[in-house]
Amino acid sequence: MLGEGIVKGLAETAKNFFGSYVSKDRLTTVQFPEERLPQAEAARNFPFLVYDGNDCQEGLRCVACQICEKECPPKCIFIEKSKDKKPDYLGKPQFFPAVFNIDVSVCMSCQICVEVCPFDAIEMDTAFELSTDNRFAGLLWRKAQLAKPNEYFHQIHPVASAEVDERLTAAKVKAEAKAKAAADPKPATPTPPHANIEPATTK
Amino acid sequence: MTSGNTAPVEEEMSPDSIDGGSEGQLLEIALGPHHPSTHGVFRMDVVLDGERVVKLKPVFGYLHRNHEKIAETASYLSSMPYTDRLDYMCSLTNNWAYALAVEKLAGLQVPERAEYIRVITAELTRLQNHASTIGFLTQEMGASGTPLMYAFREREKILDLFESLTGSRMMCNYMRFGGCRVELPSGWLEQTKKVVEAFPRFLDEYERLLTGNEIFMARAQGVGVLKKELAINAGVTGPMLRASGVNYDIRKVDKYGIYERFDFKIPLGEHGDVYDRYMIRMLEMRESLKILNQALHDIPPGPIMDAKAKIRGFRPPIGEAYGRIESPKGELGFYLISDGSPNPYRYRVRPPSLINLTVLEDMCRDYSVADTIVIFGTVDIVLGEVDR
Repeated sequence: MLGEGIVKGLAETAKNFFGSYVSKDRLTTVQFPEERLPQAEAARNFPFLVYDGNDCQEGLRCVACQICEKECPPKCIFIEKSKDKKPDYLGKPQFFPAVFNIDVSVCMSCQICVEVCPFDAIEMDTAFELSTDNRFAGLLWRKAQLAKPNEYFHQIHPVASAEVDERLTAAKVKAEAKAKAAADPKPATPTPPHANIEPATTK
Repeated sequence: MTSGNTAPVEEEMSPDSIDGGSEGQLLEIALGPHHPSTHGVFRMDVVLDGERVVKLKPVFGYLHRNHEKIAETASYLSSMPYTDRLDYMCSLTNNWAYALAVEKLAGLQVPERAEYIRVITAELTRLQNHASTIGFLTQEMGASGTPLMYAFREREKILDLFESLTGSRMMCNYMRFGGCRVELPSGWLEQTKKVVEAFPRFLDEYERLLTGNEIFMARAQGVGVLKKELAINAGVTGPMLRASGVNYDIRKVDKYGIYERFDFKIPLGEHGDVYDRYMIRMLEMRESLKILNQALHDIPPGPIMDAKAKIRGFRPPIGEAYGRIESPKGELGFYLISDGSPNPYRYRVRPPSLINLTVLEDMCRDYSVADTIVIFGTVDIVLGEVDR
């Protein structure tokens, strides 16, 4: 009979329409700005720099090795290496970024910088409402704006941050043991700046 | 008729060079690039005799982003996120094709678990791509909203899976040379099983909604026929080719990855019309569900990354490689030449969308403008891939 298929189809839409009053799983949307779905653990939007402790300058893990700057596909990272050194979490003197800028408007949230970083110094943030009314200075994030405490990292990525902490603690323990062993016969030799570039081959 | 203002091709298309219609009054119009039905910025220069299409010239390049040249100046890894943006509906299959080419080049072995994850994500990608393609197709037939929203409702569930696995819904950037980037989060397989179990319900619903619908059949059956010979000669691949009755699926031909382990069929069309191309996609989704069920059942534990794979300082040996997979749109291939440096010497993408588009004129000739839009919808293109 002509029109049978149409009637069948309309019955289907009616089922969906009236069904939405009965069963909640047919209502798949939420009223966004007021109601928000939780973000996935792996969610990523924009990178930030992790620092340990309370000082966002002193505690910065970044040693300005510039690997992320080179590997960044859209080249949105700009780093200037410092002239002097400061001790890192292992107590080794390391360079630090004098300037670390990321252009929000260029970044494509690909996470390559996080993957290539040998120091676990850069991680992905989940905040996504980054719009601003200043399209020049407002979209170029500087070091102070990018630096976020390790506690924040724990808050947004509990599983990944626990893994990172474990790795760093293990490295610290190893370094301390080595320093102790080295301290007995002779004073510890200063390590070259990029000596610990090897760990963390894959993530 | 505008005077030929830019390219000499425009002159070629002037009414004088065409044997005119009944009154000899031909109208040249540009459908697009800002036409809502052109799936992005795509222009069709059509010459019309009344409603009838006399000539059609696809014009692309509006979304050209210099992908291949950028990839030749960037490291191998840096190109991976750019491949997401080729066919942005199915970033995971793009990742796979590129990873496959680089793995051939560098001789990396993918662990078994990673192969299973790749199959699962690729088939999920196929599900959501076909669902939304059919949704858009009905939208273009004038069924505004409802079928598309049903398709998007299902796509949403799959995108949620992608988000919890890769961190991003569309720009997944998940596969790496020699494996996958991260291990499956806890509960992901169970969640996927649930989605896969619920998916046939959506397909049945969709079939009740559309397959027997008289308006849909009148608009789709016998429209935009693509002959078998022409499809083969033009290099058309994917569901379009199979709808014309050619049994060619790279999952069966190449058996890349671990596809030889799965039991699935290749649905084939008979007429090569719009209806067949719709039906092929519906059936392919059911076959994908079969593969998914097997893969989710068999997935072994183990590493997900080749131990030899390097994230930093990756330099494949000198050589060339072509990696191709059956993406939801057709044969997606990456051709790479390595000169031993950290970036490829030549990087070439074989995009299925672009090559499938070349037969558009032959399918659309003598149909009305409304049919042209529908035929174009079944080609299933994504402009990111056409223009690169």
